[in-house]
Amino acid sequence: MSTSIEYAVEHATLYTYEDAVSRSQQLLHLVPRENPRQQCMHQSLAIDPEPSRRSDHHDCFGNPVTLLEFDQPHRSLSITSTMRVAIEPRAEPDLGASPPWERVAALFDYRAMRPLDAATLDASRYRFESTYVRIKPALADYARDCFEPATSLMVGVFALMQKIHREFRFDPAATLIATPLIEVLEKKRGVCQDFAHLMIGCLRSLGLPARYVSGYLLTRAPPGKPRMVGADASHAWISAYCPVLGWIDFDPTNNVLPDTQHITVAWGRDFRDVSPQRGVILGGGGHELDVGVTVTRVAGGS
Amino acid sequence: MSARVTMESQPASPLFEGYGAEARRYQEPFDANGAIRPHWRALVDELEQNDALQMRQRKQFVARQIRENGVTYNIYDDAKGAERPWEVDPLPALIASDEWSDIAAGVEQRAALLDRVLADLYGPQTLISKGLLPPDLVFGHNNFLWPCQGLVPPGDVYLHAYAADLARAPDGRWWLLADRAQAPSGAGYALENRQIVSRAFTDTFRELNVRPLDGFFRALQSSLQRLAPKGDEAALAVLLTPGRFNETYFEHVYLARALGVPLVEGQDLTVRGSCVFLKTLGGLQRVHAILRRIDGDFCDPLELRGDSALGVPGLLEVARAGHVLIANALGSGVVESPGLLGFLPGICGHLRGEALKLPTIATWWCGERPAREYALAHIERLVFKPAYPSQQFDPVFGNTLSRKAQAELRGRIDACPHAYVAQELVELSHAPVWQRGMPQGRVVPRAITMRVYAVATGNGYVVMPGGLTRVAAKANAAVVSMQRGGSSKDTWVLGAAADRGVIPQSLPATRTVRVRDIVRTDAFLPSRLVENLFWLGRYCERSDNITRLLRVLLARYVDGGGLGPALAGALEMCRALELAPARASPKAALLAAVTGTASGGLRDTLERLFRSATRVRGRLSQENWRGIIEIQREATALASSRPGIGDAMEFLNRLLMSVSALSGFALDDMTRDEGWRFLMIGRRLERLQFHADVVACVLRDLADDGTPNDEGATLEWLLELADSIITYRMRYLSAPQIIPALDLMLFDTANPHAVLFQVRELQRDIAAVGDGETSEAQALRDIDSGLQACDLLALEASPAGDVHRRRALMAIAEVLAQTGAAARGVSERLAARHFAHVDDISRATLSS
Repeated sequence: MSTSIEYAVEHATLYTYEDAVSRSQQLLHLVPRENPRQQCMHQSLAIDPEPSRRSDHHDCFGNPVTLLEFDQPHRSLSITSTMRVAIEPRAEPDLGASPPWERVAALFDYRAMRPLDAATLDASRYRFESTYVRIKPALADYARDCFEPATSLMVGVFALMQKIHREFRFDPAATLIATPLIEVLEKKRGVCQDFAHLMIGCLRSLGLPARYVSGYLLTRAPPGKPRMVGADASHAWISAYCPVLGWIDFDPTNNVLPDTQHITVAWGRDFRDVSPQRGVILGGGGHELDVGVTVTRVAGGS
Repeated sequence: MSARVTMESQPASPLFEGYGAEARRYQEPFDANGAIRPHWRALVDELEQNDALQMRQRKQFVARQIRENGVTYNIYDDAKGAERPWEVDPLPALIASDEWSDIAAGVEQRAALLDRVLADLYGPQTLISKGLLPPDLVFGHNNFLWPCQGLVPPGDVYLHAYAADLARAPDGRWWLLADRAQAPSGAGYALENRQIVSRAFTDTFRELNVRPLDGFFRALQSSLQRLAPKGDEAALAVLLTPGRFNETYFEHVYLARALGVPLVEGQDLTVRGSCVFLKTLGGLQRVHAILRRIDGDFCDPLELRGDSALGVPGLLEVARAGHVLIANALGSGVVESPGLLGFLPGICGHLRGEALKLPTIATWWCGERPAREYALAHIERLVFKPAYPSQQFDPVFGNTLSRKAQAELRGRIDACPHAYVAQELVELSHAPVWQRGMPQGRVVPRAITMRVYAVATGNGYVVMPGGLTRVAAKANAAVVSMQRGGSSKDTWVLGAAADRGVIPQSLPATRTVRVRDIVRTDAFLPSRLVENLFWLGRYCERSDNITRLLRVLLARYVDGGGLGPALAGALEMCRALELAPARASPKAALLAAVTGTASGGLRDTLERLFRSATRVRGRLSQENWRGIIEIQREATALASSRPGIGDAMEFLNRLLMSVSALSGFALDDMTRDEGWRFLMIGRRLERLQFHADVVACVLRDLADDGTPNDEGATLEWLLELADSIITYRMRYLSAPQIIPALDLMLFDTANPHAVLFQVRELQRDIAAVGDGETSEAQALRDIDSGLQACDLLALEASPAGDVHRRRALMAIAEVLAQTGAAARGVSERLAARHFAHVDDISRATLSS
């Protein structure tokens, strides 16, 4: 298939510590997961200093994870992930083909002895509170006008995406990762993580499954198209589940249905499950963090 | 329902006069006709024969044992401080033998069932896909640990220790209230209760053939050994505690001792490669089994809760590699949800092809529509509980709610139905409790619940024949909780002759220790423990020093009716050491020195002594610990009164006795391992530093303005302070003079209080703990030669007199000042060398 577009991605993280770190353990989500439309041809991690131990496996959501251990004193930690990824364009989904949202929510109501198929069981993992996503009546209320009775599920989700994009301002200074959703909802400001968490919270508060997707955006937009927001760092968007259409991605930050410009790395219940780099260090004092993401188109498409 | 119904027929025993039994409840000791139940007969007979005095003695015996054994229970948010004495009623709860067989069979079945439920939830999750269990109760539960999915623990055992909370309903049957699967607490308290209460009723205890508890702990021990992935090594098991602020910390100490395993905190463990190690003085020791008292989600800040400072980063990866046994398996807490209770009968049928043996209190999970509708239609008859611990609200009793509050509850449930569970209210059975605080003691009825424990063995689950009976604080309480000030009872399961010897014979025998397995050193001494022993040594000695100094002052103040010039110097020294306030009259200053709370003062030092002792409690003998409790008690008692000089003097005398007893324990009672050596190093460094500083200070004073009159008096108190006055008198039979006094206090290596004696002992001890030449050893050798070079001859009276003598005194003072400084340096270097790798280096979780 020649329709696919190929990207080169470089994701560089540099921690500089005030004092020496005597021991460090890191958990990385930097290797992209396979999915039907996305193929990873090459992937490598450059790590400095050399870790004393490395192990690679898959987490409970099927994302590749890398565990690193450093047992020599160091004052900086540099991890650069480079990859080549090819993405095929998706077919335009017929959002109206999904059933009324209440019927989808009811699908997850427990009934004694009713068996769940694999897809429903999997989707039911993404319906509950998680570290950064609380379930609140206020969130359900916010989404209510997108989900009039009998609204087709995906039409409602699309409307919710538009509403968030319309009413919220992108503002990196407004929030931290731990800022509660209710505060984000009040301030109407935040970054892509907040918008994703907010949208997930709204859907789950209505009893609908939604998951958090982390990945990258093309750094420089194709000619004639606007540059997307969130292109210089890790990006985040959401995926909603429909028993007919399956999982469909929505990007509330850019108000689009991700296509060939979104490169998926991992998904989970929220940021906590898929943060690119998470670690426990001994010593170190204060630290500075420098993250850079570059995505360039290498071949394909038009 | 709240009206009190009195029985028509009174129990046939004078013991229960005015007891006020409620007919709607099951009465443990007698039946509905008032007839004493057969298994209570012997105890009731015994109690009838006792007069009030005997009962009071029993009650006091129990209270004294609790105090002396230091059994405590921490109440969260208690303004009075963390620890409060454990409460035990002297009257045991009695369970007849046949009744017990049913309970034991039911608890055993439940433990085995929940173990398989966990295996399914962390494995194929067929219970969910088949519709036997709502996904909500798993995926919505904060104790379902997602990263643990697919992790199969050693031997495929998930639930090593389990507890069931039971209550007896009016029908006389024991009903299950709740499952405890995270890290069930209380088994240690049950054992402690047994040791105390069985001694309060020795004869009845023997006569009733009460079944012993210790087999349970042996079974737990051998289970850890059997399942630990140890290869050919002997398994090292540890008990992982959140620390001394946890509500059941006493039990952790007690259990660790009963099981013979080190008690460790998260910071004592470290993951290297794919194994977990205990940081010990002798280096890293591989740990094969962790009995955890930390909730699962706190166990690994790398993969689980990042805000946990209690866990061990990387532990989950070690478990994944199969290199450590964690008991219970991480994530076991998910099956504690009361939401599960209604589904377990079906699950039991599915997994085991049998019915549940224990009846379960009726429970409605509100996530299911018909159940929710029922619950909301019967609010006033039900109690509402969170389905998940993350909900954090206390049970809501429907019958206490106003209409408005009912509507509010309804709204909360409608918004998130799956997070709520409704349960039937149970009328808990009543057991007799000895009422305290009455001139004529008597028994009163109190609601009880019973926690029963099971442990996994190679042959299924073994149930502890007994348990922890908990007693409600008030007569009409609906909830029984130690956190709410309840009490407890020892639980006596009466033995039929047939079932003596509870633990099956087929339990694997413990490993036989052969001659070549003999262990003479404790290889598993955590560095943190050693550091605390070191500080315990220092604080013991510091308490001793301060007490002596204050006693010297007070005694002279009382005798002389004031302070002579010799003592003015001593008081000045107290002020210089910041033991007494600077701006008070001598009397006020002295009293403040004894009772004040200034940092570094006597009480502060005693408090530090107590704290460091708490941290090493597992290493101290029962007697030693009692001594420390006694000191703490005295100090608290003194502080709460307004003592005069006489009281303060009395207190100091008693304190000195107690503190001396601690040195005695250190010398006679403790195993001379490396921990002991650090304790002694701590003592000696403290003594060296104190005496060197004090003598240096006095010599400078004498050099400045010493007149012969004052010199004798000054030397006398100095000798008393150095605990050398008796030796001096025996040797010289005269008033103290400078040359022999200094010889005795500084250079006589036969005097255990002499400065040089400390230096020599320290050299020996430090050589024993260090490997090779160290800067500490060098520093001590330098002090040694400096002291030896001191010239007492120069003090012999020469006609040249004062200038000469003054110079000689100052020279010795200078050497002593250097000695004190060197002692501080040695202390710091020791800490850096031996403890620093567990010091409070910041640990942070960072996320990008």
